[in-house]
Amino acid sequence: MDCMRSRKPMACGCARLRAEFRRALLAGLLLLVACDAETPPAQGFAGLGGAAAQFARVEPGRVLAFPADHGAHPDYRIEWWYLTANLRDQQGRAWGVQWTLFRNALQPGSEEPDWRNQNLWMGHAALTGPGGHRHAETFARGGIGQAGVASAPLHAWIDDWQLRSTSPANGGLGELELQARGADFSYRLRLRSERPPVLHGVQGFSQKSGQGQASYYYSQPFFQAAGSLQLDGHSYQVEGPAWLDREWSSQPLAPDQQGWDWFSLHLDSGEKLMLFQLRHADGQPYRAGTWIDADGQAQALGQADIEMTPTHHSRVADRRLPTGWSLRIPAKGLAIDTLPLQEQAWMATRFPYWEGPIRFAGSHQGVGYLEMTGY
Amino acid sequence: MRSLYWTLHALASHWRRHPLQLFSVLAGLWLATSLWAGVQALNSQARDSYARASRLLGGADHYSLAARQGGLFPQQYFIELRRAGWPVSPLLQGRLRLRGRAEQLQLIGIEPLTLPAGGALAGQAVERLDLTAFLGRPGRPWIAADTLAQLGLAAGAQPQSEAGEVLPPLAVWPQLAPGVLLVDIGVAQRLLGAPGQLSRLLLDGQFARAGPRLPPALAAQLVLRRSDEAVDLAQLTDSFHLNLSALGLLAFVVGLFIVHAAIGLALEQRRALLRNLRACGVSLRGLLVALALELCALALLGGVAGLASGYALAAWLLPDVAASLRGLYGAEVAGQLGLAPHWWLGALLIGLLGALLAGAGSLLKAARLPLLALAQPEAWQQAQARWLRRQAWLAAALGAVALLALLLGDRLEAGFLGLAALLLGAALALPVCLNRLLEALLPHCRRPLTQWFVADSRQQLPGLALALMALLLALAANIGVGSMTAGFRQTFSGWLDQRLAAELYLMPTDARQAQAIEAWLGNQPQVRALLPSWRVELPLQGWPAQLTGIRANPHYRAHWPLLSASGEAWERLAREEGLLLSEQLARRLDLQLGERLRLPTPSGDWELEVLGIYADYGNPKGHLLVAATGLLRHWPGLAPRSLGLRLPAAEVPALIQALQARFALDDSRLIDQAGLKAWSSRVFERTFAATAALNSLTLGVAGAALFISLLSLGQARLSQLAPLWALGVSRGRLAWLSLGQTLLLALLTLLLALPLGLLLAWCLVAVINVQAFGWRLPLLVFPGLLLQLLGLALLASLLAAAWPLWRLGHSSPAALLRSFADER
Amino acid sequence: MLKIQGLYKSYPTPQGPLPVLRGIDLELAPGASLALMGESGSGKSTLLHLVAGLDRADAGRIEVDGRELGELDESRLAAWRRSGIGLVFQQFNLIASLRVADNLAFQARLAGRHDPHWQAELVERLGLAALLGRYPEQLSVGQQQRVALGRALAVRPPLLLADEPTGSLDERSADQVLELLLDLLAGSSTSLLLVTHSARLAARLQRCLTLQGGRLLEQGAA
Repeated sequence: MDCMRSRKPMACGCARLRAEFRRALLAGLLLLVACDAETPPAQGFAGLGGAAAQFARVEPGRVLAFPADHGAHPDYRIEWWYLTANLRDQQGRAWGVQWTLFRNALQPGSEEPDWRNQNLWMGHAALTGPGGHRHAETFARGGIGQAGVASAPLHAWIDDWQLRSTSPANGGLGELELQARGADFSYRLRLRSERPPVLHGVQGFSQKSGQGQASYYYSQPFFQAAGSLQLDGHSYQVEGPAWLDREWSSQPLAPDQQGWDWFSLHLDSGEKLMLFQLRHADGQPYRAGTWIDADGQAQALGQADIEMTPTHHSRVADRRLPTGWSLRIPAKGLAIDTLPLQEQAWMATRFPYWEGPIRFAGSHQGVGYLEMTGY
Repeated sequence: MRSLYWTLHALASHWRRHPLQLFSVLAGLWLATSLWAGVQALNSQARDSYARASRLLGGADHYSLAARQGGLFPQQYFIELRRAGWPVSPLLQGRLRLRGRAEQLQLIGIEPLTLPAGGALAGQAVERLDLTAFLGRPGRPWIAADTLAQLGLAAGAQPQSEAGEVLPPLAVWPQLAPGVLLVDIGVAQRLLGAPGQLSRLLLDGQFARAGPRLPPALAAQLVLRRSDEAVDLAQLTDSFHLNLSALGLLAFVVGLFIVHAAIGLALEQRRALLRNLRACGVSLRGLLVALALELCALALLGGVAGLASGYALAAWLLPDVAASLRGLYGAEVAGQLGLAPHWWLGALLIGLLGALLAGAGSLLKAARLPLLALAQPEAWQQAQARWLRRQAWLAAALGAVALLALLLGDRLEAGFLGLAALLLGAALALPVCLNRLLEALLPHCRRPLTQWFVADSRQQLPGLALALMALLLALAANIGVGSMTAGFRQTFSGWLDQRLAAELYLMPTDARQAQAIEAWLGNQPQVRALLPSWRVELPLQGWPAQLTGIRANPHYRAHWPLLSASGEAWERLAREEGLLLSEQLARRLDLQLGERLRLPTPSGDWELEVLGIYADYGNPKGHLLVAATGLLRHWPGLAPRSLGLRLPAAEVPALIQALQARFALDDSRLIDQAGLKAWSSRVFERTFAATAALNSLTLGVAGAALFISLLSLGQARLSQLAPLWALGVSRGRLAWLSLGQTLLLALLTLLLALPLGLLLAWCLVAVINVQAFGWRLPLLVFPGLLLQLLGLALLASLLAAAWPLWRLGHSSPAALLRSFADER
Repeated sequence: MLKIQGLYKSYPTPQGPLPVLRGIDLELAPGASLALMGESGSGKSTLLHLVAGLDRADAGRIEVDGRELGELDESRLAAWRRSGIGLVFQQFNLIASLRVADNLAFQARLAGRHDPHWQAELVERLGLAALLGRYPEQLSVGQQQRVALGRALAVRPPLLLADEPTGSLDERSADQVLELLLDLLAGSSTSLLLVTHSARLAARLQRCLTLQGGRLLEQGAA
């Protein structure tokens, strides 16, 4: 899935990452080891393909347990808590909310207290609405309390942003509070779910290439969100479906993978669909996905099941991005075309990427989120 | 090209035949460039250091939160504020002494992830910044290359702190401020022995300007401060650097005098050569181009030599300058000269311009040189009279400029302009005055040789005028600056004796400790008086000022001298009816006794009447005294900054020991009177060390000018002296007579330099000092100093005259004979 | 070669302009030699300076090789002095800071006509071989004058202007120098204009004119 969402392709290289303090910082935050090595060869997205020998390896067969696995996994290098919501206000206008917390460890097993802690944290928040797209970003060191994640009950925070479980129901995901704030926007949502989390790939073991790169990956796609948004001094009451992604790994990308396109879709029929493709330098993308029935039954989709074709391109931040897609899953009779709520849903963060709400029509109708990196 | 080459060849042959003249031109250029470049090097080094300091946190350090009580505060406040949405970044700052070393480093611990947006680190786009190493283990302290070299360490070294903590391997960060060690906050806490402690929280400027309110729980602990330390530093040190520049400029001008004289002389001597060249078919344009090229080549040669020695000079003076900047302003200046290429180019260009300026007159003369020397040269008296008239007019005009600038100007630049005009005008007036003096002397001379002695001295004036002017300027500058320095020293030490009357001063770390110490001291019978003071730093009309609160005590009346005061000033101060302020601040704010001043406080304005004005020498910041009760009402919770203790001197060591044992106060927080006085005097001496060095160098330059002038005049003198020799005056006697002439002229010049020097001293204490520092000193005359300087200058003249005249005395009869035949 | 027509020149004095030359007409053929005599202050040197382009006439023409000097600008006049004439003047001494060898070659080098063979011949015939390394001040007056002569001739000028070249020499030395000069000019196309007080010397040239009251009086050819 959105492995290393927000990772910029290695094309821009370590040197450029280092061009500026903050960038170098991110180099440390996200790609770290890659940049330690002197001029590494192609190493995938922003160095995410770097060697991971000392970190714990992602291997099939691990049984995910909740609520313990909602918390942090410091033996693994990178990890995130990723929430997107497709909302409507009382006038029926569509909104989108993104809340992300990334963890990156400088050294394996680094859970020492105070400044000696070697975890770096990064938060991204975005609000997309009828008027446009806003985003915010913040950083923190681990060990001192500025950011962190506790598992029981789930509490992920950085500064005054947080995702907090307020009830032990449904393995800790029954009732959550979500909030974040940028310079000119903020949101506060209440999330509810009744179904258990959905495991992707093989019992949560999600492969990212044919060469062994993989991550542990589960989602809670059945959240119902309600709450309020603040934008430029105005307040909006909103509600709609939300989707939580949890993923951790130590070396999730193949060296020649340039970026990815990832979809999370809420079908009006109540079914959910996750799709992603990792674009390879040689042009043959690696595709995978999960079809989730309305009752929560998951079915992994493979390369052969999925067709993804760009249908519309936009100029965004001096780049050409495919903002309209045609998606087909013949086995499920799905043939839809997606359109973005805002073509300019650009996350101009240290490692910029595109992430925003979409809607789709065709054989099925509904809303969802699209993330595109590496353009 | 061909003709240019052979023209240059012929022109250069003159220098080969007269190496001494070449030497004097080069020496003049060299000296001028050297002193100027040296001073500029010092200034640019200091400015570079300020800039580096100001870029350290990329302007992010303008707003910060600090403990209301002073001292360190728990890291937990940082977390609480972050969790409340405040974009703050922690900072821990402290002095770190390395094991076995005297110097202290300023250790700054930062947290790079949360640094306010837009803040580059040390003004540098980071080429190979390895953040992983900086944040990771064991960490990587950044240090400037010059600081590292000063410590005698290499990159990668792992020195130990005094407490025995091993530093992570040091890494060089080129643009880091001197004397600073930049580390991750975690490393800083370990090295300073302050785990979980912070000294400041940096705040994003945009956020701070919106006027956020601290959470109630923290509002009692933290206070928002705005500091423009870098700006302050540049502002505060401005006058210091301007003074240095002025001295450098003086040296430059004196040097150019030499160049001007030497080049002018060379032209005189090459008149025949130039005619010859033109007769042989060198066009006027070609000749001028060749002369200009020659001048440029000379300037380049002298300039490069001057740059090299200027660099050496700056390196030699740098420790003093750096020390006085540190002592006076707390400004850290890199102890290793590192100058950008533009400094070298700039200084060279200035040297070149100066040489062209000094040689322009000669070039102009060469352009006007008639091809045929048919018309008899004007009688020398006529020419001299015209020259003197012109000089007199110029001098009068400059005198008028000086008068206007000194009396009407109210800026430092105007003061310096006035000073420059005064000195230049006086220099130009010198030959006029000397001529008058000699003229007046002439009728009193009966004996023929005496008559010749005086008359010939007059005739020599034009040739020696420039050297004498240089001598006048140098001596006057020495007298002026020397008088000012000596006067300052006397006033300052008297003032210090009076003001630093408490036997022991201590600085508590925080309010709690202050209370405990005060309580404990209250029970010590030997302590006769306890004088706590509280201090708030605040800007007054843009100028940094220190507002000090004191508790009423008879001690102050006896030991805090007031320059002017209204009745019952101390009583009214204690009643919170008014304030006292330093002379420089009163001047800057243009406040008189009885006027009212409004102080901005956190709880609104506080208006007080000016009750008195006191001297506060050496303090670049403004200073105010108010009653402590009032101060603490407006700034509640403030910790006392220092405690002055009156007790018998014999009891001091024992009390120090007791205090140290009981309250863990280190040396930096306890200082006795003698120590404080010694420190103040040291700062003072250092401040004027550079000035004194430059000053004596200027005198040296003037001596060199005289020497060179006499040396180059030597040949021409032969033809003037030959007739006397022919008439039966021995060569030895002639040499003595000539020496007498030189000394007479020098002595007259020195006598004229005396009043000029005193005038200069007056300008310095009454105009320049007031404009530059804000304090006015009494003008004190030190006869001993004057005599010493006079003797020195006379000795310099004697030395300068001796060698050329010795040569004259030993010139061969043939040379004297030939001078009859030679036509110029 | 040289053609002078109606030449006028006067100098300003406090008492008003003092006329020195009042209508001079003169012609000199290539290879010819002419002596110019006259009392002190009669204008002999002035005439020579005008021909050398060192000074400008008030009126009249000086034509050399078909060029009118009055029409030449400063740099062309300088070029004329460089390569068109040789000067042996009393007041244009040698360059004191250059050795004899460099003094000899100086003008020729300026004019780009330095010819080592010719210079060597001159050195030999002027008897300067032993003096080449010396400075002018180390020479006797006669030796200096020979160097000046050599410098003027080294450039092979079409016209040689000599102002009292032997003025400070005794008779014997003067004769020697003149002999040398005439010897060197013999067979060349260089014209000679010589100013002298000595009728004895003047008599040895082809023609002799006397300046008097600003006008020329013919003395007849020798």
